[in-house]
Amino acid sequence: MAASEPTPSDKTVVLEVFRYRPEEEEEPTFQRYEVPYFEDWVVLDALNHIKDEIDGTLSFRWSCRMGVCGSCGMMVNGDPKLTCAAFLRDYHPATIRVEPLNYFPVVRDLVINMEDFLEKMTEVKAWLVPKEEKPVSEGEYRQTPAELAKYKQFSMCINCMLCYSACPVYGQNQSFLGPAAIALAQRYNLDSRDGATEERADVIFSHEGIWECTFVGDCTRVCPKNVDPAGAIQQAKVSATEDWYRSVLVPWGKRNVKST
Amino acid sequence: MPSTWWLKRKSYFMFMVRELTCLFVGGYALFLLILVSQLNDADGFAALLKNPLVIVLQVIALPMVLYHTVTWLNLTPKVLVIWRGESRVSPVLIAAAHYLAWLVVSVIILWIVSMYR
Amino acid sequence: MAKSNEPIWWSLFSAGGVVAAFFFPITIIITAIVCSADWISAAGLQKLAGHSLARLYLFVLISLPLFHWAHRFRYIGMDLGLKSLSGILPVVCYGAALLGTGLAVFFLVWA
Repeated sequence: MAASEPTPSDKTVVLEVFRYRPEEEEEPTFQRYEVPYFEDWVVLDALNHIKDEIDGTLSFRWSCRMGVCGSCGMMVNGDPKLTCAAFLRDYHPATIRVEPLNYFPVVRDLVINMEDFLEKMTEVKAWLVPKEEKPVSEGEYRQTPAELAKYKQFSMCINCMLCYSACPVYGQNQSFLGPAAIALAQRYNLDSRDGATEERADVIFSHEGIWECTFVGDCTRVCPKNVDPAGAIQQAKVSATEDWYRSVLVPWGKRNVKST
Repeated sequence: MPSTWWLKRKSYFMFMVRELTCLFVGGYALFLLILVSQLNDADGFAALLKNPLVIVLQVIALPMVLYHTVTWLNLTPKVLVIWRGESRVSPVLIAAAHYLAWLVVSVIILWIVSMYR
Repeated sequence: MAKSNEPIWWSLFSAGGVVAAFFFPITIIITAIVCSADWISAAGLQKLAGHSLARLYLFVLISLPLFHWAHRFRYIGMDLGLKSLSGILPVVCYGAALLGTGLAVFFLVWA
């Protein structure tokens, strides 16, 4: 612990960081660090300064530091953010509170257990299932720019999980599939090369799927890549409704879920 | 998670306000139901419409119902995705078309009612 | 996981939302302000309401928005974390909407 309370100046800023060391303590604590303030520094720079110069025991995830890997998501003053995209100048001189992402179990310090999200990506089959398998000798699976455009926005997801931390429904009930998993399901459903829409339908058209969503829309607000998961979910609700009416009014009809 | 989670952030609060407009939507539907129960009773029908409490409640409900309309129309582009080649029809255009339709429909209804004054 | 039957309620909620969004503001203005300012007489409005197309209009404006309220109110309950009510709330809400719809049919068609 610091011998004296750090006070910020024009040249420094104070970070109040969530600490949890399960082998040392039962309950989490907060630790304050005074770090240099630079106009162009982000919270991740400050965390790396802490780890390199002040306290090497601080644990956190990061990688690309430029907003494409999705590793450095944390709560900054209660808002889910990529710490590589949260500039100190937007908070200075106020103290910056850094905590692990909401609604995920904490492994240590700012590191969360992301198993739930990974399982969900598997459940929704967040990968391409070609309509017809063909050998390499028959060439590529071709796609027009217009076909690409249909799913491109949803393909921008970097799996950073900020949307889960913003979602009050997920906060109350972790069995909800969640924004990113559903947006990724839509990304593949809308891909002209994919043929697994009906398989995914059983997962995303369930009660724990799209129907838990009440369109709060905060997932879209916090998404750093403008994926608009809320939009993906509402579009899925329309698909699910069309599919349901078709199955009720034309039960003998071919079961072929259209992805809008 | 506490049940007051929606008070913690502005985006959550505005969400809850939007959701709570359903009370006024349901309330006005209930009023219409009571009104049509008086369809064959000229005095009952008029008394209900002229009742000061009823008028006050409707004046309170009107801005809430307008908030429902505005939030609903603004969200139509999220549900109505129309593609023209490689680009989407502008979300602003989609919402604007709905606002125009709302205006037209309202004028038509007002005009029909005006024929019965 | 299996596909849910939620679409029936969601489609009624959506239809009710559309009806309320487009028709409620002007209808409230008519019943609240116009009538009390005597721009139109209650008798005139009653005569209009008696017409079969007007009856259809009123039925749509009663039934669908009731289902809109029911679905949204049920989910407000869930959003407020009232897990204990998660079984009874849908029954009460959709039941009330069905009751209101039934009454609307009675008043507009039978009576």
